[in-house]
Amino acid sequence: MDRRQFLVSTAAGAVTLAAGTAAVSAADKLKAGFIYVGPVGDFGYSYQHDLGRKAVEKALGDRVETSFAENVSEGADAERVINQFASTGYGIVFATSFGFMNAAVKVAARYPKIKFEHATGYKRGPNLATYSARFYEGRTVVGRIVAHMTKNGKIGYIGSFPIPEVVNGINAFTIALRRIRPDAEVHVIWAGSWYDPGKESAAAKALIDQGCDVICQHTDSPAAVQAAQERGIWAVGQSSDMTSFGPKAHLTAIVENWTGYYVDRVKAVLDDSWKPIDTWGGLSSGMVQLAPLNPAIPADVQDLAKQTIADISSGALHPFAGPIKDQTGKLVVAEGQHASDPDILSMAYFVEGVQGTLPT
Amino acid sequence: MEGATTAVAIAVAMIAAATPLIFAALGELVTEKSGMLNLGVEGMMLVGAVSGFAVEATTGSGILAVAAGAVAGMALATLFSVLTLALLANQVATGLALTLFGTGLSALIGKSFVGMPLPGLPHLAVPGLSDLPLIGPLIFGHDLLVYLAIAMTFGVHEFLYRTRPGLILRAVGENHDAAHAIGYPVLKIRFAAVLFGGAMSGIGGAYLSLVYTPMWAENMTAGRGWIALALVVFATWKPARVLAGAWLFGGVSILALHAQGSGVAVPSQFLNMLPYLATILVLVLISRDRTRIRLNAPACLGRSFYPTV
Repeated sequence: MDRRQFLVSTAAGAVTLAAGTAAVSAADKLKAGFIYVGPVGDFGYSYQHDLGRKAVEKALGDRVETSFAENVSEGADAERVINQFASTGYGIVFATSFGFMNAAVKVAARYPKIKFEHATGYKRGPNLATYSARFYEGRTVVGRIVAHMTKNGKIGYIGSFPIPEVVNGINAFTIALRRIRPDAEVHVIWAGSWYDPGKESAAAKALIDQGCDVICQHTDSPAAVQAAQERGIWAVGQSSDMTSFGPKAHLTAIVENWTGYYVDRVKAVLDDSWKPIDTWGGLSSGMVQLAPLNPAIPADVQDLAKQTIADISSGALHPFAGPIKDQTGKLVVAEGQHASDPDILSMAYFVEGVQGTLPT
Repeated sequence: MEGATTAVAIAVAMIAAATPLIFAALGELVTEKSGMLNLGVEGMMLVGAVSGFAVEATTGSGILAVAAGAVAGMALATLFSVLTLALLANQVATGLALTLFGTGLSALIGKSFVGMPLPGLPHLAVPGLSDLPLIGPLIFGHDLLVYLAIAMTFGVHEFLYRTRPGLILRAVGENHDAAHAIGYPVLKIRFAAVLFGGAMSGIGGAYLSLVYTPMWAENMTAGRGWIALALVVFATWKPARVLAGAWLFGGVSILALHAQGSGVAVPSQFLNMLPYLATILVLVLISRDRTRIRLNAPACLGRSFYPTV
């Protein structure tokens, strides 16, 4: 092996290592690749996706082989990594962040026999499916719990970016909250980041100093729960169960659970029944769940939470059932109706009861 | 009264937010005063953060944990020194590489500490005094590292401008050839300065993972190392101005959060760029006058030293 060849093979080895690939094995195994935008150690979004990957390995045993690439940036790098999976014998590839959309579309067109799945996107193809979770359904349950736990009705809410997913979460929460506590107000602070523990902690403390007695978050670190624990107030976690960071403060958390979906989809490829569908799962499918409720929540409120989950799952309760007024008092959803899926996916207004303006 | 309480709450949060910046920026200031430009502050902070956390989680000793943060920062600083002082590698490129390396290394070390909560270092509560209204929490209610950061500011100032070793360190940064000709060990002095910078960055990182948000999460410094670098220029290489600048940067970010919480919209993107904008402004202001730059910026900053004799 001359030096140039050595360099090439070493570089190839490095790429394989970077993709976290396990040893190559029998060809009849289905190989499933997962691409994460963050580190699997974020204890949040990417961490939850990786739990799904591990569940696939556990459920399907030696029929599959999985691997992942973490910290993949949402640009040209994404296409390279997806292509790397596609060109090395993977049967299905999950691109788990919104920003991987165009890269997934491109590579999917290049490899028509390989199945691709893209999370939270809207572009599909003959071999490209999309999937996302109705996080806002969990927010409705949380809103009802918080309505009974707050004393002064001032709620702090830390948002990441003013995108529809976050905005509809704030709105679903506020609607549920104010149907029980009409005087309650929700104070929103934008962290400008999905993940900056220091800033999230500072935002939580600012809200607490302003008199909020419950802190909700749509950011990924447990810093706000920690701050709430320190100041002796309530908090609601996000993405994963954050109880250990504030056992006294943590009311519950909205948890994404991709395990069922991933197992089903990989199984579908094995059974040859895979279709390029769009899945938007909520509480009923188990894709959105609540972390175990804090035992300090009174029994009747716990029952209410369970009932709410059951009602949303059965369709008896819609989180965006009218009448809903926006901040200016204008009726946006009439009584007897509810916001449609496209409306929810493009929500760009705050409902009545949210303090602060929506950055545009 | 309520307004005063809020003001105190903002001030307390501001002081806490500024503390990691003060540590990292003071360390970098001494490093740069010796003529070395180490852009690896972010990496050294991350490694300090994870090492401090790991030691706190396994031994439960706060002092050991802070020391571990400092040592870890120094270890990376040593690597930087070997590359730039002994092997004469480009300082800018090496510093950038150090940040990338530190980010990866800290993630690797921290793998098993993700999702583990810590009680956090105990606050220094002076009995009686910290219970005083307003003044109590403002002056006596912080944790030890906050006081250490303020003490270090004055310590570094005293060292640089009132002691002989401080004078020699500055001489090395101003003109390494002249310092070498008089017989000062340029490389050793620079190595010591870089080590000090590493230790301070490490402590700054440890403050984040032990006190500010007692947990370990990958990339948890979230750009504070870069703000510290900007802060050194913003402060025109003066320790006391580092302290003031850190409180200003910290204060602006905390004030903005309060403004948002009470319904006043401030674009967070604008605030994220504010420290850098302020630094550029300062650079422009001091660059108008050549003598002023010469008074403050070390003349040999970022230049490799080739011992000739």
